Amino acid sequence: MTLDRRRFLALSAAAGLAAGASATTVGYAQDTTRTNAKIVIIGAGAAGTALSNRLVDRLEGAQITIVDPRKDHWYQPGFSLIAAGLKPAGYAVSRTSDWLPRGVKLVSEAVVAVDPETKRVTTDAGTQLDYDVLVLAPGLVLDNDAIEGFSLDVVGRNGVGALYAGPQYAAKTWEAAARFSETGGVGLFTRPATEMKCAGAPLKHTFLIDDIAERAGTTKRKIVYASPSDNLFSVLIVSEKVRMLFQHRGVEPAYRHVLKAIDVEKKVATFTTPDGDLQRDYDYIHVIQPQRAPSFVPESGLAWPDRWIGQGWAEVDPHTLRHRRYADIFAVGDVAGVPKGKTAASVKWQVPVVEDHLVAHLAGREGTARYDGYTSCPLITRVGRAMLVEFDYQNNLVPSFPGIIAPLEELWVSWLMKEVALKATYNAMLRGRA
Amino acid sequence: MKELTPSTLVAVFEEIFGRGLFWAMVVTAAVVTLAYFYVLIRDRRVSWQKFLFAQLSMPVGAVGAVFFVMWATHSEFADIGGPIDVIVLLAVAVAGAIGMAILVYTLESFLVRRKPLP
Repeated sequence: MTLDRRRFLALSAAAGLAAGASATTVGYAQDTTRTNAKIVIIGAGAAGTALSNRLVDRLEGAQITIVDPRKDHWYQPGFSLIAAGLKPAGYAVSRTSDWLPRGVKLVSEAVVAVDPETKRVTTDAGTQLDYDVLVLAPGLVLDNDAIEGFSLDVVGRNGVGALYAGPQYAAKTWEAAARFSETGGVGLFTRPATEMKCAGAPLKHTFLIDDIAERAGTTKRKIVYASPSDNLFSVLIVSEKVRMLFQHRGVEPAYRHVLKAIDVEKKVATFTTPDGDLQRDYDYIHVIQPQRAPSFVPESGLAWPDRWIGQGWAEVDPHTLRHRRYADIFAVGDVAGVPKGKTAASVKWQVPVVEDHLVAHLAGREGTARYDGYTSCPLITRVGRAMLVEFDYQNNLVPSFPGIIAPLEELWVSWLMKEVALKATYNAMLRGRA
Repeated sequence: MKELTPSTLVAVFEEIFGRGLFWAMVVTAAVVTLAYFYVLIRDRRVSWQKFLFAQLSMPVGAVGAVFFVMWATHSEFADIGGPIDVIVLLAVAVAGAIGMAILVYTLESFLVRRKPLP
């Protein structure tokens, strides 16, 4: 048989079509449950969106309503890259409605109350939503007023950064941090005493700004990391590693320092310490606001009465994320009152657990999935390197790639994961595919 | 990471290079590979003269691929921190070398006049 160009192309096209056809038939079938239950999900962030995408595949006939006033979806793991000038603010912004599945109703209002007895949710616009199952996924709120002299208006000027407040504020944080990286002086990097999102982010910001200043040749700088506890990270083996890195890099740790107030004009910060209030001058300060559950959670009687007083996290079983007093309420993501895991990685592990128990509940069964507190943090130590830190409720390191990616080693591949692979994985999670 | 499916991998690569650039590279790679097989089948033999030239181009491909990845990921050689980093870097270099060899061989086959078989 002679082969001319035309015949070769036709053969190739046929082979391509055959491969495509076989790929589309490889899907996986999951059994669906028929129900006419009303499910209300409060919050269309990472947790609420991922869960709604998975539930539409598992339930047939359910009425799913998702309540969230914010039009924009924020890719929060990107904030630390924006605040180091590595990505623009738009990197972390998409539209909430773009991620939601068809058949789910979006109510763009804020929840003000939940009545767990009559099973009713009330919004700020007065809309009342009855539910059979309720999922709390509203995230958390940053308490800007808790630090005297601080407000969002000051972020980006007079050496004040606060990257948690949103993509725009992360970009303004970089404006202030970039000036510091060129002029040097004293940099104060803080973290709050409350539970917080991604406990690695304050460290990442410290490492990145130190690295950027070093590369810029700014040798006249003193960087202080103020920790509210007597360690640098709740997992002690990680804390020790960070302490060694800080020592090597000349970053000075300050233990038991809780930021209380800042004087933006004089550039003075006041810390509460065991020895009383302490004032420190700064040229750059990174403020992380204390963090709490949205007020409707404690006001509706859904918070832990005896733990995390004043923070309002939802009272759920740490392994099933089901409310301890109301079997028809679950909490997932930042709002869940569990000892670890206000990260996107935790959400990825929590969502299938809530899905399992929720679907089982509607089918009159008991769920079997269990969440062990897994969370992970690609802890950036400089531009181009990170440590992939993964751990659980018991502070055990639980590496995903044992023997290949060592958890406490500064690696280039871990940086690649954070810088290039994480957002794609996150997006896949939002769509319920990962 | 919990699961690594083909669709996750595609999404990851789209994110790394941007959707347009990634698919343009996939199409380019597919076209070059197809053209390579085409000339192999058409000529019914490997031309060792072209193959030698293709081999000489391999280091260029290896170095080019490594620099491209470094550029695309805000990285530099000093960031290489452990064995897995070296392995990934070598894999990038090998892929670049093989890709370049195939490309050069195929171009030669199309551009250089075919000598009649002895």
